[in-house]
Amino acid sequence: MPITTMPTGLTELEKVDEIIESHYWEESALIGILQDVQREFNYLPRPLLKHIAQRLDIPLNRIYSVATFYRAFTLKPRGKYTISACLGTACHVRGGKRVVEELERRLGIKAPDTTNDLKYSLQAVNCLGACALGPVVVVNGEYHAQITPKKVSGILKQYQ
Amino acid sequence: MRQVNNVAAFQSWQDELMKSRNPNARIIIISSGTCGIANGSKFIIEALTEQIRKHNLDSQVSLRVTGCLSFCQIEPLIEIQPESILYTGVKPEDVPEIMEQTIKNKKIIERLLYIDPVTGKKVTYADEIPFYNKQSRIISGDNLKIDPTKIEDYISIGGYSALAKALSTMKPEAIIDMIKKSGLRGRGGGGFPAGVKWESCHKAHGDLKYVICNADEGDPGAYANRGLLEGNPHSVLEGMIIGAYAIGSNIGYIYIRDEYPLAVELFENAIKQAEECGLLGRNILGSGFNFVMNINRGGGAFVCGESSALMASLEGKIGEPRAKYIHMVERGLYDRPSCLNNVETWANIPLILNKDVDWFTKIGTGDVTNNPWGGSKGTKIFSLVGKVNNTGLVEVPMGITLREIVYGIGGGIRGNKRFKAVQTGGPSGGCIPDKLLDLQVDYDRLTEAGSMMGSGGMIVMDEYGCMVDVACYFLNFLREESCGKCVPCREGIERMWEILNDICEGRGQKGNIELLMELSEMVKDSALCQLGATAPNPVLTTLKYFYDEYEAHIKEEKCPAGVCKALIHYTIDEVSCKGCGACVKSCPGEAISGEKKKPHKIDQERCIKCGVCIDTCKFESVKIIPGRHPSVKKELVNV
Repeated sequence: MPITTMPTGLTELEKVDEIIESHYWEESALIGILQDVQREFNYLPRPLLKHIAQRLDIPLNRIYSVATFYRAFTLKPRGKYTISACLGTACHVRGGKRVVEELERRLGIKAPDTTNDLKYSLQAVNCLGACALGPVVVVNGEYHAQITPKKVSGILKQYQ
Repeated sequence: MRQVNNVAAFQSWQDELMKSRNPNARIIIISSGTCGIANGSKFIIEALTEQIRKHNLDSQVSLRVTGCLSFCQIEPLIEIQPESILYTGVKPEDVPEIMEQTIKNKKIIERLLYIDPVTGKKVTYADEIPFYNKQSRIISGDNLKIDPTKIEDYISIGGYSALAKALSTMKPEAIIDMIKKSGLRGRGGGGFPAGVKWESCHKAHGDLKYVICNADEGDPGAYANRGLLEGNPHSVLEGMIIGAYAIGSNIGYIYIRDEYPLAVELFENAIKQAEECGLLGRNILGSGFNFVMNINRGGGAFVCGESSALMASLEGKIGEPRAKYIHMVERGLYDRPSCLNNVETWANIPLILNKDVDWFTKIGTGDVTNNPWGGSKGTKIFSLVGKVNNTGLVEVPMGITLREIVYGIGGGIRGNKRFKAVQTGGPSGGCIPDKLLDLQVDYDRLTEAGSMMGSGGMIVMDEYGCMVDVACYFLNFLREESCGKCVPCREGIERMWEILNDICEGRGQKGNIELLMELSEMVKDSALCQLGATAPNPVLTTLKYFYDEYEAHIKEEKCPAGVCKALIHYTIDEVSCKGCGACVKSCPGEAISGEKKKPHKIDQERCIKCGVCIDTCKFESVKIIPGRHPSVKKELVNV
């Protein structure tokens, strides 16, 4: 990934420095730093991980181990729309699996993956804590309640 | 916001705020937790604000945006006080009518009322609804009374008075003694007596101690902690400050799931406000006691709900548990004494201090006078979800029966289906069958039944729930979430899942059940942490109570509940099918054919059993039949 200037006028590395700074350069805040970096860049680009390793003076493999252990992190670019289909127990017993299968079929990918045009990322998540509304599908933070396979195409149409 | 430097100043502020609460005031309460927002509460708030301005009612009507009001299924809901009129499923278009009819002319709008699924009757007032009036909402009930973004609201209902009392009149030992006598046990599921934990941590040697709140509610199907954090974050914070004072800690952490962004936001706000008021930070209320709070967001690992893994994660490491030869209360976070409790446990603390031990021990089962393990006291919040009529968060006294929860509060099973099982305790728990419906719900009874309290998920399943599929679901969950540190969990669960998956996909063999049992015992005895050790519970309980279903899958090659795709087939009922063609159009596999107005047929080899036709058919003509279709060979079944 080339190092480019962001709309804010900061380079990407400067932005990362700003994030590290907000966590007081604490090694123990690594998870928080990675969360903020991912929020900013949509995924964890390798050059930025290297930069964090240098700044915090910790080996890259430690960052890699954290970034691959936790489900929240992704090392691959994500699509414009991140679709999280809930497969918590409550959603599962109300047919959440069929919803995921329908999403997979319509998008032509298997969760977790991203479509080639970088438009949609699909992930099946374990519980979003909206169990009474199940099955739940969340697209970029917007909740859609009581989804059936039939409603899937309608939801995808909203995010073009 | 006022700054208070001593207890007297706090109390006079609190008195003022309490007096400012008028029980007869006209207030429109709107529930706007995650479920409310998901159902469009923000638009209703906009509409209400606009209407109040339009009608010049600013001085007569106020709006209160609260957190979760527990009845998530009928959101967005509005409660109009002082009468407590409850409107459900409100849309922004309804708001002008609510203003005109109910607020101005005091008329009830019939179509917005809640309809009781049991009696079919409309109910006007919130306290007449069985879902609410059969609960004991001693903790979650406050959510209705406050706006979670305002510390003044919390103080005006008596908030932080327990802290003031503790700091000004109680010694740390006295607080610990009180919590011990109350019999409060950890609400995260393990049920360890909180007072005993506090005492050990208080006595542990160390210059620096930590108190930690576990808000990594990873159990799928449970969201009680989210409800509390979104509805009343200050109650959790107050509990933690009191706990820190009792233990002798000056630094606290809360570890919140990243999946709960609203809870994180509201808790951050609560910390900021408490600091500004002088209820958190240096020299709290002039007592000389200092305490700071930090928020850490979780990374989405289920295992981080385990105490030692959570602490590793707080240190910025991967969340792997460690063996607990030395308890966390002696060497926990950064190898220092650490006291970790669940959100709900912390929220109980102010209540016990305010209301006293006798009041608290009257609720619940057993006798805890001399033994904190002797019973289960207080209430527990469950998330009652699944195939039950009323879904939402329910707070019930310990010792209530499952029947009262499912049928009394939950209003029975949806669509008049038959109750089959209730799953409690998440992936570490088990499925409890109908013959145990009169089981008293407390820590010890649930454990005896092979399940556990867990963090409070209660997933109700009807006759269309397959128990083998549920066991397979949990093992799949656990296999993905196993941190991989110890072999029994990493490999044992994987093998158990493979067997279960084979059974569900029609490849079950003789001897599978015995092997599952053997593996279960092995994992139970040898896994490093409790997550691994309890992992076989879903398998063991389903084997214990639903052995027939396993046999049906393996011997008869049938899924009696109609869930496991390899062991069922779809057909169209020739009598009721009107030949409308809706299913033909919707079928993604082009497996349905037939002439107009004549019964349609399913091509079994093309059918992928996606269920779209069932959703589409208006005449309920598509049926699921257990067992493979006779025309389809075993190897050719679409899974």
